[in-house]
Amino acid sequence: MKPLPSTHTHPRSLKQHKKSDDATFRIALAGNPNTGKSTLFNALTGLRQHTGNWPGKTVIHAEGTYSYNGNSYTVIDLPGTYSLFSNSADEEVARDCIIYEKPDVTVVVLDATAMERNMNLALQVLEMADRVVLCINLIDEAKKKGIHINEKRLSKQLGVPVVKTSARNREGLSHLQKVIKEMAYGKINTNPYRIRYSDELEEKISAIEETVLSTFGDRLPSRWVALRLLDGDQSLIDSLQHRIELRRKEVGAHGTDEPLYPVEA
Amino acid sequence: MGPMNPSIPSKRDGLKTLLNQAQALSDDFTRDEVIAQIHQTGKEICHESIRYNDAEKMMRSEKLDRILTSKIWGFPIMLAMLGVVFWITIAGANIPSSMLAELFSWIEGYLTLAFKAIHAPDWLHGVLVLGLYRGLGWVVSVMLPPMAIFFPVFALLENFGYLPRVAFNMDRLFKGAGGHGKQSLTMAMGFGCNAAAIMSTRIIESPRERMMAILTNNFVPCNGRWPTLILLASLFMAAGYTGGAQTLVTASVVMGMVIIGIIVTLAVSWALSKTALKGVPTHYTLELPPYRRPKFWDTILRSTLDKSLFVLKRAIIIAAPAGVITWILANIMVGDMSVLEHVVAFLDPFAKALGLDGFILMAFILGLPANEIVLPILLMGYLSTGAMLEIENLTELKQLFLDHGWTWLTALNMMLFSLLHYPCGTTLVNIYKETKSFKWTFLSFLIPTVLAIGVTFAIAQIARAMGWV
Amino acid sequence: MSQSHIIPLTEGLPGQTIRIHHLTLEGTMRRRLLDLGFVPGSDVTVLQRSPLGDPVAFRVIHTTIALRKEESSQIYGELIGSEKNETTT
Repeated sequence: MKPLPSTHTHPRSLKQHKKSDDATFRIALAGNPNTGKSTLFNALTGLRQHTGNWPGKTVIHAEGTYSYNGNSYTVIDLPGTYSLFSNSADEEVARDCIIYEKPDVTVVVLDATAMERNMNLALQVLEMADRVVLCINLIDEAKKKGIHINEKRLSKQLGVPVVKTSARNREGLSHLQKVIKEMAYGKINTNPYRIRYSDELEEKISAIEETVLSTFGDRLPSRWVALRLLDGDQSLIDSLQHRIELRRKEVGAHGTDEPLYPVEA
Repeated sequence: MGPMNPSIPSKRDGLKTLLNQAQALSDDFTRDEVIAQIHQTGKEICHESIRYNDAEKMMRSEKLDRILTSKIWGFPIMLAMLGVVFWITIAGANIPSSMLAELFSWIEGYLTLAFKAIHAPDWLHGVLVLGLYRGLGWVVSVMLPPMAIFFPVFALLENFGYLPRVAFNMDRLFKGAGGHGKQSLTMAMGFGCNAAAIMSTRIIESPRERMMAILTNNFVPCNGRWPTLILLASLFMAAGYTGGAQTLVTASVVMGMVIIGIIVTLAVSWALSKTALKGVPTHYTLELPPYRRPKFWDTILRSTLDKSLFVLKRAIIIAAPAGVITWILANIMVGDMSVLEHVVAFLDPFAKALGLDGFILMAFILGLPANEIVLPILLMGYLSTGAMLEIENLTELKQLFLDHGWTWLTALNMMLFSLLHYPCGTTLVNIYKETKSFKWTFLSFLIPTVLAIGVTFAIAQIARAMGWV
Repeated sequence: MSQSHIIPLTEGLPGQTIRIHHLTLEGTMRRRLLDLGFVPGSDVTVLQRSPLGDPVAFRVIHTTIALRKEESSQIYGELIGSEKNETTT
C-alpha cells in the first residue's frame, strides 16, 4: 500500500522544475455528486486503484494511476461535493487537497445535464487554482435530452480548457488525457475566470489579500483565501492555524526550512 | 534561509493580524453576496453556451418518479423490486450451487485417493480434506452463485438511479424513528456486506444519525447470512411446495425476514433516539439524480470484481482456518467425548431454551469472524458426530437436520438468530475504526445479541407452551 | 411585489413554480441550500410528494432535490405560475 498523500512531504517543487519525460503527475478530480466522477475515475485508472482514509478524517480516499504517452499519472478522486465552502468533512478534504497539495492538474467533472448547478463548483475551483480542466461528462445523456453545449465558447468564457466526455462509453477519454498532459507540462496557458464582486467587497478583498500575501507568500491562492476569511470560514482558519503549528514543530525538530506549502514552480 | 528561521513565529502573528483584519471587515452579507454572485455568473455563462432544445425530454425522470415514488405505487413497487431481486437470486443460484457442490465432492474423491496413494496419515487427511477442503467447498458452492447474482442485480438498480428514490420513499419512516432517510441507503448496502455498509454511513453528515445507522445496520441480513436464510427457508418453510411455487414461498419467507429486519431497525433507532442518542433529526437534503440506463456488462463485471469476488475471498480466508479448527475440536478426545462435544454439551441447555441446540450456538460463536462460515461449521459439527455422509443434495441435508432433532421452530429461530445476532468481526472492527469508541462498539455488539436471545427465547417458550412443537 | 404573496415552499402544490424571496434558515443548512441553488431570485418547481407526504421533491436549476418540511417551510417565495395540471395528490 502506498502512503496516503501527505501535504508536507510531497516533493512537488523538484518535480515541477524537472518535468522529465518519466515524471509522475498528480491529478485531482473534483465534482458534484452524481456527475459520473467515479465512473471517469474507474475509466481512467481501471483496476490500478486503492482506497483508504484521508489522514484524520472519516472520508474515503481513492487514488489510482494510469500511464499516457510514457508518463505516469496519479489520479485522486476527491469526494463529490456541491461546494468547497467547508460545510462538511468532504468539502474540507477536497478544499485542502486543491489549495495545499496543489495537484498538477485539477479536473472539475460536470454533469452535462445540470450544467448550471455544476457551474457553481467549477467557478469556485477556478478561484482556487490555475491549472484547471473542465470535463463535461455524461454528454451522451445531454444529447438524449436535447441539450447542446458549446464547449469552445465555454472555454473562452472561463479561460480554461473544456473537454466533453462520456466516461461510461469511454468517449473523449484520450482527448482528456491529452489535455491533462499538455497542462501538466505547462503547455497550456490558462486565464481562469475570477468572479467580480461588488466594489465594496472587492475593496475589502484587496485589503486582506495584501496581508495574505505578506503572511503566506504566493503559496496559497491569496484572493480566494481573502474571500474565505471575509466570509468567516472557521474551518479554513483552523486548517491554516494547524498547518502553521505543524510547521513550527517540524522546524523546531529538524531545523530545516523546507517550505510548508508546496512552492509554485 | 535565516538561521533562526524568523519567518515562522511571524507567520503565526501574521495570521492573527490577518484574522483580526478580516473580522473587522466581514459582515453577515458576505456569504449571501458571494453565493448570489456565483449563481448569477454561472447562470450567465450557461445562458451563453448552453441550449436546451427539448423541454419535454428534460422531464423524463420526473415522469418516472411520478410512478416510482407515487402515493399508491411507491411502496408496492419497492417491495416488488426487492422480491424480484430475491427471486432471481434464489431461482438462479440453485442449479449452479448444486453443480459446484457435485464438482467439489467429485474432486474430493480424487483427493482422498491421492492421500491414500501416498499413505498419508488419517489425521492429515482429516484436517486437510474433511476439514479444510470440505469447508471451502461448502463456502464456495453455497455462497458464490447467490452472490454472483445478487450483487450485479443490485448494482444495476443502483446505477439506474433507483436507490435515492428508496431513500425518498422511506424518509418519513426514518424521521419518525429519529433517523435519516439516507439510513435506508446504508441498509441497502448492508444487504451486501454490513462491514462495507458501516463505511458507507459516512454519507450521513449528522453524527447522531450516523451513529444510529451504524448501530442498527446489522439488522439487515448481509451476503454471509443469505445462504442460511435461503437454505433454511427452502428446506423447512417451503417444504410442502414444488417447482416455481417453492421458489416463490422461499422468496416470500426471506422477504419476510428482511421486513422483520427493517421493523427492528426502525424500532431500535427509535429507542436509541429516545435514550442514548437523544436529539432532534437534523437537516436533510437529498438529490434525486436523473434515471440513467446502466451499462449492463460494465456494471456486472465491476460488481463481480469489486463485491462478489472480494467477499468470497474474505470468506475463504476466514473459513479455511475455521474448518481446520472445527475438525480438530471434533477429533481431539477428552475422556470419551471430543472437545467439540464437550462445548456443545455445555451450550446445549441454554441453546435449547432459545429453540436452538448446542451445535447451532457453537456455530454462531465460532462464526464470529464471518457469518459465511456459520452454516459450514454447523454442518461440520453435525457430520463429525453423525454418520459421515457426503452432502450431495438438499434432501440429504434436510435429513441430517432432522436426525439432529430439528423442527420448524429450530429453523425459524436459527433464521431469526442469524438476522438479529451480533455483527461479524470485520463489521465490529469497522465500527471501532469509524467511531473510535469502545463503548459504541460494545453497544453495537450488545444490542443485537440481547435482542437475538430475547426474541428466540420468547418464541421458543411460546411455541412450546402452546404445544406447537 | 407585496409581502402578502410570499409563501413558504411547503404551501406550494405539485406543478407550481415559486421564485425564492428569502430563507429564514441559518448556519450549515442555509449554506447547503444556497449551494444547491435555493438562492433568492431562483425559481423552484414543486414536483412530487413522497408516498408518506414528506419529504417533497423540488426542481431547482435542472436538478431534483428533496427537502423535509422542516427546511422547506423556512424557504419563502412568490408563486409565479403553474404548469399544466399534473398534480398527483
